[in-house]
Amino acid sequence: MMNEKYLPLLATIAVFVALFLLGGALYKHFLSTQVLGDILADNAFVITAAIGTTFVILSGGIDLSVGSMIGFVGVVIANLDLAGWHPLASAALMLAFGLGFGALQGLIIDFCEIQPFIVTLAGLFLLRGSCFMINLDSVPIHSPFVEWFATLSIPLPGEGELRSSAVVMLVALAAAIGIAHFTRFGANVYAIGGDRTSAALMGVPMRRTMVGIYALGGFYSALGGVIYAFYTSSGYPLAGSGTELTAIASVVLGGTMLTGGIGMVAGTLFGGMILGLIATLIVFNGTLNGAWIMIISGVLLFVFIVLQRSLVGSLRLRGAA
Amino acid sequence: MKHAGNVEAETQPASRLRAIFTHRAIWPVIALALIFLVDGIISPGFFQIRVVEGRLFGNLIDILYRATPTALVAIGMAVVIGTKGIDLSVGAIIAIVGAVITWRIHAGDPHGLVLLIALAVALVCGLWNGFLVAVLDIQPIIATLILMTSGRGIGLMINLLYGGTNPSFTSPFLQGLSVGHIGLIPTRLVLFGAIFLALWLLVRRTAFGLLLEAVGGNPAAARIVGINARLVIYSAYLISGFCAGWAGVVLAADTHTSDPVSIGLYVELDAILAVVIGGGSLAGGRIYLGMTLLGVLVIQALTTSILTSGLPPEYNLVVKAVVVLVVLLLQSANLRAALYRMFARAKP
Amino acid sequence: MTARIEMTGVSKAFPGVRALDGVDFRVEAGEVHALMGENGAGKSTLIKIMTGALRGDGGEIRLDGRPVQIGGPGDAQALGIGAVYQEVNLIPTMSVTKNLTLLRQPRRFGLIDWRAARERARERLRRLDVDIDVERPLGSYSVAVQQLVAIARALEDDTRVLVLDEPTASLDANETALLFKIVRDLKARGLAIVFITHFIDQVYAIADRISVLRNGRLVGCAPTAELPPPQMIALMLGRELERAEERTAQTPSAVRGEPILVAEGVGRRRLMQPFDLSLRAGEVVGLAGLLGSGRTEVAKLIFGAIKSDSGAMTVAGAPVGAASPGRSLHLGIAFCPEDRKAEGIVAELSVRENIVLALQTKRGVFRRLSHSEQQALADNMIEALAIATPDAEKPVGQLSGGNQQKVVLARALASEPRILILDEPTRGIDVGAHAEIVALIRRLCADGLGLVVASSELDELVAVSDRIAVLKDRRKIGEIEERAINRQTIIDTIAGPSS
Repeated sequence: MMNEKYLPLLATIAVFVALFLLGGALYKHFLSTQVLGDILADNAFVITAAIGTTFVILSGGIDLSVGSMIGFVGVVIANLDLAGWHPLASAALMLAFGLGFGALQGLIIDFCEIQPFIVTLAGLFLLRGSCFMINLDSVPIHSPFVEWFATLSIPLPGEGELRSSAVVMLVALAAAIGIAHFTRFGANVYAIGGDRTSAALMGVPMRRTMVGIYALGGFYSALGGVIYAFYTSSGYPLAGSGTELTAIASVVLGGTMLTGGIGMVAGTLFGGMILGLIATLIVFNGTLNGAWIMIISGVLLFVFIVLQRSLVGSLRLRGAA
Repeated sequence: MKHAGNVEAETQPASRLRAIFTHRAIWPVIALALIFLVDGIISPGFFQIRVVEGRLFGNLIDILYRATPTALVAIGMAVVIGTKGIDLSVGAIIAIVGAVITWRIHAGDPHGLVLLIALAVALVCGLWNGFLVAVLDIQPIIATLILMTSGRGIGLMINLLYGGTNPSFTSPFLQGLSVGHIGLIPTRLVLFGAIFLALWLLVRRTAFGLLLEAVGGNPAAARIVGINARLVIYSAYLISGFCAGWAGVVLAADTHTSDPVSIGLYVELDAILAVVIGGGSLAGGRIYLGMTLLGVLVIQALTTSILTSGLPPEYNLVVKAVVVLVVLLLQSANLRAALYRMFARAKP
Repeated sequence: MTARIEMTGVSKAFPGVRALDGVDFRVEAGEVHALMGENGAGKSTLIKIMTGALRGDGGEIRLDGRPVQIGGPGDAQALGIGAVYQEVNLIPTMSVTKNLTLLRQPRRFGLIDWRAARERARERLRRLDVDIDVERPLGSYSVAVQQLVAIARALEDDTRVLVLDEPTASLDANETALLFKIVRDLKARGLAIVFITHFIDQVYAIADRISVLRNGRLVGCAPTAELPPPQMIALMLGRELERAEERTAQTPSAVRGEPILVAEGVGRRRLMQPFDLSLRAGEVVGLAGLLGSGRTEVAKLIFGAIKSDSGAMTVAGAPVGAASPGRSLHLGIAFCPEDRKAEGIVAELSVRENIVLALQTKRGVFRRLSHSEQQALADNMIEALAIATPDAEKPVGQLSGGNQQKVVLARALASEPRILILDEPTRGIDVGAHAEIVALIRRLCADGLGLVVASSELDELVAVSDRIAVLKDRRKIGEIEERAINRQTIIDTIAGPSS
């Protein structure tokens, strides 16, 4: 018998495949590795950030600082580039910053017992405000390394290619799956999300784990920021606005319960890809505009949330009720 | 001065002092006072209020004036948060209301009817949220996320109904509600006062507040008592929808255009912050309307102060974040205890 | 001889309360040691300090003679002190394996080896004779199984002390017997076992030694044989309690007239077979049966907290449509739920607000009770039920369990009911409050109220009931009237062949 815990993930993959086939039925050239490769590359930064958000949501928390972190990382890298830094050096610095900033958020949430929503909201304001204080306009990155990096790709069967940003994202995903499912830290995250009080009584080191969760969230959103900056070769203070919502939507569409404790990191990849696929379908259509992306995401979100509720019912979690 | 001394040994005045310092209003009030103090030092004329062309002018009036939309949203939010809920969709509701107003005015409806239609649409939005939370039993943060994600898209679609991309309108009636004035006082303040009073009466002079706090505090117990929790939750989201709708009317009439992408952006975050600064817990169970208003004033006073102090407006978000964090951190018992221990050790 | 665990001079103060005051507590290896005390005596505080959930203000803890520091639950586990709490404290959303191996998963090259983890989980459960699918979420199993999993988790290879905090509260007789078998087994293996319960019979069935706490102090410690129940209760209460549970033969009183409540064929598929029940004014109908027999279900079906899918009810002769809590409230039926924390109190609200809640709901939103009316009502109830609270404005969450129960009862009474349904009115309540509530039940029915009382304690039912409906396996199997009511007839009815 198949384990019920894979059902949400399978549902997500099924929706993705169905949408992809729908695109293929509607438009020529849609059903290709090229489109697939483009979706992966275009959404690599969102999905990377969403991977971090997955941990946060699995623990029953929320991280609103994701989008601002992406903008902030880009702006700093662009300015360090002007100052003559190598992009890899500034990227490393920003990853460390993301880790530290997330850790600080986690510490405040746990030590001061303030809701994650509020703490990361202050983080959102702080980082976005810092962007504005550094620059008000877009700053291009002229580094040859970044140009070279953007051209890197692995050819896929067919016309498509797996671009460097997508590769970084997939590697980051693999690492996240390892952390979530094969480390004690990962198990502790699920425990905290499942029942916080019990987890504490069972001896889960709460502060260390909470700090770790948000540090991981900060790290992955910073990595998303690096990917975005390298992909667009620029730092723009408004970059990533609203990405926190897209990230949360990706996580939910990926089958993770917003209440915490249930879900899989791999699902987030498909959740993010579904959103990317919708955007691509709308581009292919040509007559539809951006408003449709918002509305369709909302409708999908609604459908998935209702689906999840019935799935949880089928899990028969008597004790959790 | 705060003592963490022996409870029994405490003398009367000291315990009164303690009562003041542990009262939930103390930190927002201190924050507001500090902001005004800095304002007074930087620009001595900050508190001047004068009458120009038959209406009041001055920074303090400006703070109240600009705070009105956020305040409207925040008092609705306070009610929803009291039910252990949250309404992330208020910004989207504002966008939809703005689009509906512009659309109906272009369609030639009488402007009074346009107002009614706009508020009805806002109520429908509240009804939708209430349906998801109360009937489908979806966690509020997720349930309202749906409208939050799609609401601005709906606004844009409504704009398309009459082909405008950034359509503007003129309506002396609606603009009167927003930027006009009754006597010396801006109309929006008078109307806000009326809405606030009505809501306060509903919450504190009927049993609605008690029933709502019971539902927020322990939904299962409320159900056993016989409270129609579904109805209570519905009402909370309807109230929030209505308040957001009215904020939408004020904002749309102010800008006399429909701009679903940016109208009321981040207002949900400001409103939630205001509730929290005012001592409301996102865990629900308590409604503090007056305190929420205080929270809104802290946020708006800060914004206005930054503008008048000559700091570049880019500093706004950062300063807001820092002040909010400081207020919240000071409310944390753990941190206060840690600081106290640090000071105690520093002293010989 | 050095004790397995020895706590000396343990103190703990909370703001305004001295929870523990220089308590000495020692448990030998191979001993089952019952820790007794009223609510608020300091049992949980002592246990929490032992298991690292709280830190004591002073005192010393020695484990096999060696002084130890217990800074958190992790420390306690590392030292071999395991605990199982009343509410199963595991993660319902995680699989049994993950629950059993959390924080000590076997690892290979730094990564968790799930195959080995599953094997370890199965082996753990096998030691307790439990055979279940370890990959299913814990929450999909019954509370009894969850409790066994919790014990399996608490038992490490090197566990030296096992704390069982009210482990039998939600177990039926068979499950309790199984648990006791396991406990004796563990005792034979040389574990020191601390056993907390409010079932006095169980203490004498399993414990070797009893320690009694009162108001944060240790007031007695003796081998079980030397401390018979009356003395122990006296120690717990600080006064001799006369045997309160005698049947007070509420003489077959003058005919109480027509029934005020009649249920015919009311039931719900899978929860409760259709049953008939009637109730007259001034009458107490008891609902007896083992756990899982349908006591709570009957109470909730009558009240409307569970919707019935068969049968019909009349109240005072008038048929009741679809029953619901709101409907019942207006018909004058009040209900005190078994789980006061989950379904009873609203912790953040004050005592006053909790007490007026039902009456206010009955009056409706727009007929608000004024503050002075609320105050008067609350003060009356606080006095009538002897609710121990400094004032009516204290949040209910800060009261002790027994007083919270009384607040829930006060709320029901304040709604001016004709029919009152009490589900486990004395569960988890100390002996003193227990006697007060039993006395109150008698007073209420003398005032003409009709009562339905569901209880797991036979003596309590025998003491208060005029008629007892006996339930078994989710069906009503009999009714015992007036003089025939005693412990034995009920047990015989339950034990008899179910028709």
